[in-house]
Amino acid sequence: MGWFKRLKDGIQTATRHKKDTPEGLWYKCERCKETSTVKELKDNFFKCPKCNYHVRIGSHDYFDLLFDGNYEELFQDLRAKDILGFEDMKPYTERLQSAYDKTGLTDAITVAKGKVNRKSLVISAMDFKFIGGSMGSVVGERISLAVDHCIATQAPLLIISKSGGARMMESAFSLMQMAKTAAKLSQLAKAKLPYFSLMTDPTTGGVTASFAMLGDINFAEPEALIGFAGPRVIRETIKQDLPEGFQRSEFLLEHGFLDFIVDRKELKETISYLLLCYDLQ
Amino acid sequence: MVFLEFEKPLETLYEQLEKLQQVGEEGDIDVADMVRTLENKIRTKRKEIYSNLTGWQKVQLSRHPERPYTFYYIRQMCSKFVELHGDRCFKDDKAIVGGLGRLDGQTVVIIGQQKGVNTKMRQYRNFGMANPEGYRKALRLMKLAERFDFPVVTLIDTPGAFPGIEAEERGQAEAIARNLFEMAQLRVPIVSVVIGEGASGGAIGIGLGDRVFMLENTWYSVISPESCSSILWRSWDYKEQAAEALKLTADHMMDFGLIDGIIKEPLGGAHAAPEEMAKLLKRHLKKTIGELQELTPEARIEARIAKYAQMGEYERVSPEATVENDNS
Ligand SMILES: [Zn+2]
Repeated sequence: MGWFKRLKDGIQTATRHKKDTPEGLWYKCERCKETSTVKELKDNFFKCPKCNYHVRIGSHDYFDLLFDGNYEELFQDLRAKDILGFEDMKPYTERLQSAYDKTGLTDAITVAKGKVNRKSLVISAMDFKFIGGSMGSVVGERISLAVDHCIATQAPLLIISKSGGARMMESAFSLMQMAKTAAKLSQLAKAKLPYFSLMTDPTTGGVTASFAMLGDINFAEPEALIGFAGPRVIRETIKQDLPEGFQRSEFLLEHGFLDFIVDRKELKETISYLLLCYDLQ
Repeated sequence: MVFLEFEKPLETLYEQLEKLQQVGEEGDIDVADMVRTLENKIRTKRKEIYSNLTGWQKVQLSRHPERPYTFYYIRQMCSKFVELHGDRCFKDDKAIVGGLGRLDGQTVVIIGQQKGVNTKMRQYRNFGMANPEGYRKALRLMKLAERFDFPVVTLIDTPGAFPGIEAEERGQAEAIARNLFEMAQLRVPIVSVVIGEGASGGAIGIGLGDRVFMLENTWYSVISPESCSSILWRSWDYKEQAAEALKLTADHMMDFGLIDGIIKEPLGGAHAAPEEMAKLLKRHLKKTIGELQELTPEARIEARIAKYAQMGEYERVSPEATVENDNS
């Protein structure tokens, strides 16, 4: 009964999702290699207290950071399906199962609705830990349903992207999610509801080339890797070293693809201000 | 003639045929019967080979050096065509071409990736890998089509959008994303056809349509089999397996409901009888455009978005089912 077991585990772990953030007492910074306590790190919005490096965090960390207390998760009943019977060095079903077990998540995106400084907002936040934050049918469908939900409830949408791109194990199905999410966002735009796109480290591939770049406001955390092709692919294609800071948030801001960069500490206030400007209530 | 690896048995037969014909020309032996027998043999062999192509063999066919490209189809299908250049922002991309064509008395905007026909031209066309300005030119032409109510035809044939420093600086991702967003709401009919390679974001960047077709021996996937092999198998040697695993052929795409139809190729592939292929394509395009023109722009857009919204395969779990299983 592998199939049932998987579904059951998915449900059970969903309620005790593991945080994406460091555990234990000490945190050693990936960038400056300095050590601080995990408590200091948490109090500092999961940024290194020494160098302000923004540690990668997960969907539920963002929900905790942004919502005023309670929030409600939506569309949690959807699960990935191995429609192709995909198998490389490991079957897709096994990859999924280990992702469920490891993360306690139900796929690479979680949608939740709640209030940000008393204003309604639907947030779809991605988790890099779940198969590299890859976009398959579930990610596409959850975004599609989030758009429908926003239109039905007249709520604005925030998508927090963090993804290596499309999910190869769903081949053309994952490719079509680019068209699907973009088409759904065009409906949101037609309904005159704002869509805010926050890009975090990393946001690449089919995710950048669809919903991530389509915000009415596009913004990013500092120094996040954001691009279409991955740096390795580019390096191999052009056989040259890449310039310093290439494909980082600051580079995108400079080239005109971001509205601004926001420190995680200012994130809630910034979003709150945007919601005020677009005041829908 | 260029023979692919799996066509080798045909090459041998063609060589025999050539020799036989030489003998016929030189001497006074009547070879007519033998030639006829050999030609039949070639036809049978070709049918046999082509009725059982693997995913990887179709990938090879889609890249066949003699395969017709976008401009060939435009020349064959349109009585007249004016190429329109440039994105009005940065430059004219050579890997995506487009313009105004006349399709039996009807003006259409045709856009497509164009590969080069020889070494020099392949460089010039950047191997059919567009930069952001290519996608922006495509969008400009689609907007032009929208203003004057011209149907849009896009012909897809790319190994991917170009991965380069400048492409990133100018927003490759934004350009593709913007096209998808705008194509979803375009008020005129859009018909897309994969005529060769349909690789990833670079393909779908001009490929969101009311109707999407694939020629029989083409492929459409989120990644090329080679790149898939290098990432998932950590080696370039598993491209055949990757091609099978990705289920990237027209037949698979049709089974998955991700395309609207397959356009048959002449026996031996599009390159074996390009004129016939162009006729088939033209007939298909005209019929499809006619059908789409019956609808209002609003109805078309609604149906188009609904079509993409239902793409995706997933399961739904209910807490009840889980509890039930817990007790068993
Ligand atoms: Zn640090």
